[in-house]
Amino acid sequence: MISYIVKRALQSVLVLLAVGFVAFGMFRFIGDPIDNMLGQERTDADIERLREILGLNDPFLVQYWNFLKGALQGDMGVSFRQGRPALDIILDRLPATLELAMVSATFAMVVGIFLGIYTAINRKGPITNFILTTSLIGVSLPTFLIGILLIYLFAVELKWLPSFGRGDVVPVGDWWTTGLLTASGLKSLILPAITLGLYQMTLIMRLVRSEMSEVLRQDYIRFARARGLKERAINFRHAVKNTLIPVITVAGLQIGSIIAFSIITETVFQWPGVGLLFIDSVQFVDIPVMASYLMMISVMFVGINFIVDMAYLAIDPRLRGGKGGN
Amino acid sequence: MDSVKRAFDSDLAWSFRHSPVAILSATVALLLILAAVCAPLIAPYNPFDPASLNLMNGFSRPMEPNAFTGDSFLLGTDDQGRDVLSTILYGMRISLFVGFAAVVFAMIIGVVAGLVAAYAGGRVDAIIMRIADVQLTFPSILVAMLIFGIAKGFTPVHLRDQMAIWVLIISIGLSDWVQFARVVRGAALVEKSKEYVEAAILIGRGPIAIIFRHILPNVLSPVLVIATISLALAIIAEATLSFLGVGAPPTRPSLGTLIRIGQGYLFSGEWWILLFPSLTLLLLALSVNLLGDWLRDALNPKLGD
Amino acid sequence: MIRKVTIAAQAALLASTGLVSAETLNWARAGDSLTLDPHAQNEGPTHALAHQIYEPLLIRDMTGQMVPALATEWGPNADDPNVWTFKLREGVTYHDGAAFDSEDVLFSLERAQSEDSDMKELLNSIKEVRAPDASTIEIETDGPNPILANNLTNLFIMDKGWAEANDVVKVQDFEGGEETFASRNANGTGPYKLTSRAPDSLTELEAFDGYWGKGEFPLEITKIKYTPIKNAATRVAALLSGEVDFIQDVPVQDLGRVDADENLKVIKAPQNRVIFFGLNLGDDDLTTDDVEGANPFADKRVRQAMNMAINREAIMKVVMRDQSIPAGVAMPPFVNGWTEALDTIPSNDIEAAKALVAEAGYGDGFTVTLHCPNDRYINDEAICQAAVGMMAQIGITVNLDAKPKAQHFPQINNLETDFYMLGWGVPTYDSEYIFNFLVHTKTENRGSWNGTRYSNPDIDAKIVSLASETDLAKRDATIAEIWAAVQDEILYLPIHHQVLNWGMSNKVETVVDPEDVPKFKYFTLN
Repeated sequence: MISYIVKRALQSVLVLLAVGFVAFGMFRFIGDPIDNMLGQERTDADIERLREILGLNDPFLVQYWNFLKGALQGDMGVSFRQGRPALDIILDRLPATLELAMVSATFAMVVGIFLGIYTAINRKGPITNFILTTSLIGVSLPTFLIGILLIYLFAVELKWLPSFGRGDVVPVGDWWTTGLLTASGLKSLILPAITLGLYQMTLIMRLVRSEMSEVLRQDYIRFARARGLKERAINFRHAVKNTLIPVITVAGLQIGSIIAFSIITETVFQWPGVGLLFIDSVQFVDIPVMASYLMMISVMFVGINFIVDMAYLAIDPRLRGGKGGN
Repeated sequence: MDSVKRAFDSDLAWSFRHSPVAILSATVALLLILAAVCAPLIAPYNPFDPASLNLMNGFSRPMEPNAFTGDSFLLGTDDQGRDVLSTILYGMRISLFVGFAAVVFAMIIGVVAGLVAAYAGGRVDAIIMRIADVQLTFPSILVAMLIFGIAKGFTPVHLRDQMAIWVLIISIGLSDWVQFARVVRGAALVEKSKEYVEAAILIGRGPIAIIFRHILPNVLSPVLVIATISLALAIIAEATLSFLGVGAPPTRPSLGTLIRIGQGYLFSGEWWILLFPSLTLLLLALSVNLLGDWLRDALNPKLGD
Repeated sequence: MIRKVTIAAQAALLASTGLVSAETLNWARAGDSLTLDPHAQNEGPTHALAHQIYEPLLIRDMTGQMVPALATEWGPNADDPNVWTFKLREGVTYHDGAAFDSEDVLFSLERAQSEDSDMKELLNSIKEVRAPDASTIEIETDGPNPILANNLTNLFIMDKGWAEANDVVKVQDFEGGEETFASRNANGTGPYKLTSRAPDSLTELEAFDGYWGKGEFPLEITKIKYTPIKNAATRVAALLSGEVDFIQDVPVQDLGRVDADENLKVIKAPQNRVIFFGLNLGDDDLTTDDVEGANPFADKRVRQAMNMAINREAIMKVVMRDQSIPAGVAMPPFVNGWTEALDTIPSNDIEAAKALVAEAGYGDGFTVTLHCPNDRYINDEAICQAAVGMMAQIGITVNLDAKPKAQHFPQINNLETDFYMLGWGVPTYDSEYIFNFLVHTKTENRGSWNGTRYSNPDIDAKIVSLASETDLAKRDATIAEIWAAVQDEILYLPIHHQVLNWGMSNKVETVVDPEDVPKFKYFTLN
């Protein structure tokens, strides 16, 4: 068990190194930060001077090496746009994104699992059909369009909910800020959380429904029925438990997707999180911020993967033999 | 594979005839695909020919003569004076092509990788799944930007319009394969430990035969669930990438590019530029999703017995 | 009498502030200020925020007129045109209570000329700055500089004592990624003081009680909340829903909707910015075309034809919805040197244009790539798309390559584009600024934005002579000569002058600043 964990940790470091390399490499193609930094009145001499200061004239591998050296000491470079350490900026923005992702994921999981179970048990019927059709319409439109339509309806026409931002936030501890404790913060969360979580909610619902329908038809459930167990007990004790394996895999993967796709939701709702920061920095060619964002996302994904694998192991003992250990 | 074939012969056809949703969605999907394929024949204009456009026709309302030119268009025109109906038909061709190609690409990579990982186990499994981790780290948006940037370096300038399409296919496909691989691997691991696979190994079947004859048919159900969602998803992902500016170029727009252009006119009263392409996309994605839903139920051997 | 009026105005002001104790203005625009250090970045949104907190010696008011700020009088000395004297305002204090005097001006000008300052190019004619007494400043230039004052309108004055106490005598090394006390805090003499700031998210300002201009300016807004909102649809939605009161960049298609809203209005004014296409007319062959061994743009007839093929009226009517002024010259009308004759737009004659292209030997057409930004100018991508259609009508097949400005502009600087869109604003309101950057041969210190590969030693010499010509009539004649040459060569294909659109709640009263810098002390409230 311990050797397995150590092995996974080593693999994770390799993954991070690879991501760092690819990330750093790809930003070479995105553009040149110099123009944005100097503005209209710069001369060619200014450009050359600045390229030298930033080390943009160094060979690619030298730049990557410098980046790695810094990264190991927690120094991800300095934002070209804001002139502050990239890591500080990311940490400033992270609470907004994590809070949005958490609320969206909770929404997706709770509503998705509930609706999935409901529609699996009640396979036919008007409510099931309505749920299935509505959720399908929801995922048949691009996220940004749903966001804009929600803004149009609830902010511009009805004026019920705010169209942008986080509302009032209060500090919690040293660096975390939360919008969960103020009325305007909570109101601001609703539209972005629905926009972001809708796709995952549908996915989880469909998956729960499909897995559960299958499990419900399997032999041991029939035996359970034959043994005279109550319907409710069958549904929840046996079926739900066996449905969970693929659901956990997908849900775990989806947490990552939620954070990645927050890029779009944050752009539409002007949510001051890391996704918006990333899009801003792409447009500005703020390489240190882009690279830090990607590294941060990688660390998160690798962590989530690790947890999913462990959960897998815990839930289905049959997998223990075939995995990692040998 | 036998079970699939049998299903196609009888059960599937029977189930299709008895499912109004399936018949309806299949009809809609087929009509849309047909319309897209035949776009040059049925579209009233060729929106991809810049010389034929008259900017003064821009923002014509549906079925009302334009204030400057007097021309009238069934579904109106967009900001460049392009006939919205023709542009949708041509745009749908691009969206469908991108969608199909991306899913096929993702499915091939994902299924093969997932099966190999599950069957081989050990080091091979670890390497494949670590590559999947790296891949997952890069959301399709980032993958698209990366490939876009690299491809731009190698593509001659006059081919860049077409290049965007291939970049979309590869980046959407690449970000989707992991889903297939992980679910296939998960399901295959469970299948692998079952008696019939162990029996097949005992009687000396080769690994390829075991994978394709015994494991693959049994993991088809989750693959189909994902492929279904993936096709619709790919068409939508194309739209999302267009929103972020790495999609099909505005001179040869896909449905997604049209929606991106149209969303800028939501508040200004030119609703038709957004509404008609969005409705087309919705119909397309919805009918594919419904069709896939039905297919999944109909093909699932466990639900059949 | 004047005293009485002032007192009455003050009384009225007190009454109004008494009635509405905190008049908060929620302000949004697409981008945020980059830093609070007033000398670290020479950039629009950065200066716009700084103008509320800091003050220069003189500013342009909301109509573009130069008016006194921290200096009350200024001008070159009658006996020595190389020396300008500035009389400073008395009784001015900083937000922290410190007094303002000539030491601070001396310090700030020196700071702005230092290595890390982004403002130093505007001050490169200054030889020495002297402070003969506490309320006088003398600036000596290395030759007569008739437009010295024009270069000082964004040059903010800091308190020397505050800078020393907080270790920010040195300008923040923005490019080197430095963060200083001054980049996160501010202490100016301006009408508003900073109360909180979260970059890219929310900045809050509050009226400064000790402002010298009390009674002289309306100062009706007492609190400002500034949020950058990048997405245009979200920005408009926030205005429509009443969450913000004032946005600076309303998309042209949404003007009608905003204007139609009973609580909102739109005000407009021509902006100091012209949009045009540049052509590579200097190289022997183009890299993005399909003509082997020749450069079609080198033939003046082709450039002429292209200039005629652009239907500026249609672009204005459809793409810009009447929110632009078609242009015949690459120079905003505010600029010294502009004449109506120069700005006459060429006739849109497709047949004549086709004939010219045929005459030049390209009757069968050719293909070329147009590079275009998609996040810089108003509807930039749509304008380029329209141009593709217009060029197609005279047989020129244009491949459009539209992308973010960060990828677009380096192509112009690295001479990697043959046909490109560019916009130009002229903060000095003088033609010399345009010539230096866009017409002069590309060298280390001049012509850095000249992507046309045009090089004419005679013109270059004339451009250089402008800097030290004190005879303004003679200088204007040279400017006219240079413009005649630029127009004759068809160096650029002008499209239009942009129009600024500010959208706001009905309770806000203001005029549009031609440089897009709102100065809230001039705003009034209904």
